Amino acid sequence: MARYSAFSILRNALSGQRYWQRAWRAAEPKPAYDVVVIGGGGHGLATAFHLAENHGIRNVAVLEKGYVGGGNVGRNTTVIRSNYLLDGNTQFYEFSMKLWEGMSQALNFNVMFSQRGQLVTAHSADQLDSFSHRANIMRLNGIDADILDRDDVRRLTPYLDFSDTARFPIHGAIFQGRAGTARHDAVAWGYARAADAHGVDIIQNCEVTGFVRDGEKIVGVETTTGRIGAGKVGLAVAGHTSVLGAKAGLELPIESHVLQAFVTEPLKPLVDHVVAYGADHFYVSQSDKGGLVFGGNLDGYNSYAQRGNLGVVREAAEAAIALMPCISRVRLLRHWGGVMDMTPDASPIICPTPVEGLYLNGGWCYGGFKATPASGWCFAHTLATGEPHPLIAAYGLDRFRTGHTLDEAGAGPSAWLQ
Amino acid sequence: MLRIECPCCGPRDHDEFRYGGDASVIRPVHDDPDPEAWYRYVYVRKNPAGLHREFWQHVMGCRQWLVVERDTRSHAIASVSFARKSPA
Repeated sequence: MARYSAFSILRNALSGQRYWQRAWRAAEPKPAYDVVVIGGGGHGLATAFHLAENHGIRNVAVLEKGYVGGGNVGRNTTVIRSNYLLDGNTQFYEFSMKLWEGMSQALNFNVMFSQRGQLVTAHSADQLDSFSHRANIMRLNGIDADILDRDDVRRLTPYLDFSDTARFPIHGAIFQGRAGTARHDAVAWGYARAADAHGVDIIQNCEVTGFVRDGEKIVGVETTTGRIGAGKVGLAVAGHTSVLGAKAGLELPIESHVLQAFVTEPLKPLVDHVVAYGADHFYVSQSDKGGLVFGGNLDGYNSYAQRGNLGVVREAAEAAIALMPCISRVRLLRHWGGVMDMTPDASPIICPTPVEGLYLNGGWCYGGFKATPASGWCFAHTLATGEPHPLIAAYGLDRFRTGHTLDEAGAGPSAWLQ
Repeated sequence: MLRIECPCCGPRDHDEFRYGGDASVIRPVHDDPDPEAWYRYVYVRKNPAGLHREFWQHVMGCRQWLVVERDTRSHAIASVSFARKSPA
């Protein structure tokens, strides 16, 4: 695999851009692999890369039913942050942040990680108090966090509504300077290319339709291109975890819901940071093309349709204008829906499963993108050793039975209420 | 947008309703000592890609709880009925 460098750009420029190699091979499936990872999204590809890179397991296939980058890794709002409160989450997401900071170098692929900082606005003294609590927890874990007062927020983001008529006046904000965004497609392509360079087979248009068993143990998968044997099978198919899990006999505490995201027409640079609205579920950043990228609430009922309905478009637009009246005349160019595994406590599930040979990585709710590198790292460890990585010890499936739920969102056991 | 045919009020926009989750989940009897039964009741969902029986309450209308059969892939609604048993 040719490395990308300033020299390779120059050489290809001088030869008319005719000799670029394809980023990864179009692999034909072999009869069997040491590990088969189902799902060629960010998490599946990162898992395959770290299996090869960290554990030397190179006889690996990634099976993707569509094309690489066509699932949730290409259907999100690209925000990366590690401003979590609960033990188990703080350490995991900060580890992920550190991997993001070195990702372009590690993959030899520019994922355009932009640490522009994220602030979450506080709209009452009480909310600012709770943010101070969170900031203290973050700093005790070695994560950067600052509490801003109203004047600080105004200096950073003068375009928010600071008028006397603001519906929810801004009291301050919590700020994480290392948070930011990355180019989501590049993350998928970078991992695919780096995994391929280690010998991983990335097989697109290959849907898994069932599992092959030897007694109780899973020893392979049935696919639309035939049977593929596997020493171990890793499930990383966010959104459809229930569907594939059911085929393996898993009953999971997951509901699939659709979350929409939106892009406006391109504007001159306006939003320098990622801004989240503390009074409603709304957050916004500006893409390199100039469009404002934002998201809001779940549509709120079980759905596998990758589209939402107009009510949520209206709610998100209302929140946008309440926070940023200056964009009331900006046109929305497009919106899309991604299907997500909602767990009852809004935390993911990564663990070995009760089914021998099957490992689960799912239940990412709204927040799978920022977790991509750490999820791949820890899931690869779990697949390679059979034991959960210490950083995902809190993400086991049995936590719902034992009462050790990790309820970061404080939403209780009703996924549709999150 | 979903349009739900309320048996009381006729076809209405789903914005008038509140979603109540999986209607096939059965609550164990109140003194059931089996933690597994309560775990399944609180947490486990079939979450099918296809026909799903689910509760909706017509909060902005007649306030009745309904059971709606809806395809989670297409949002096509197959049937709507009252969640409570009708008096014989």
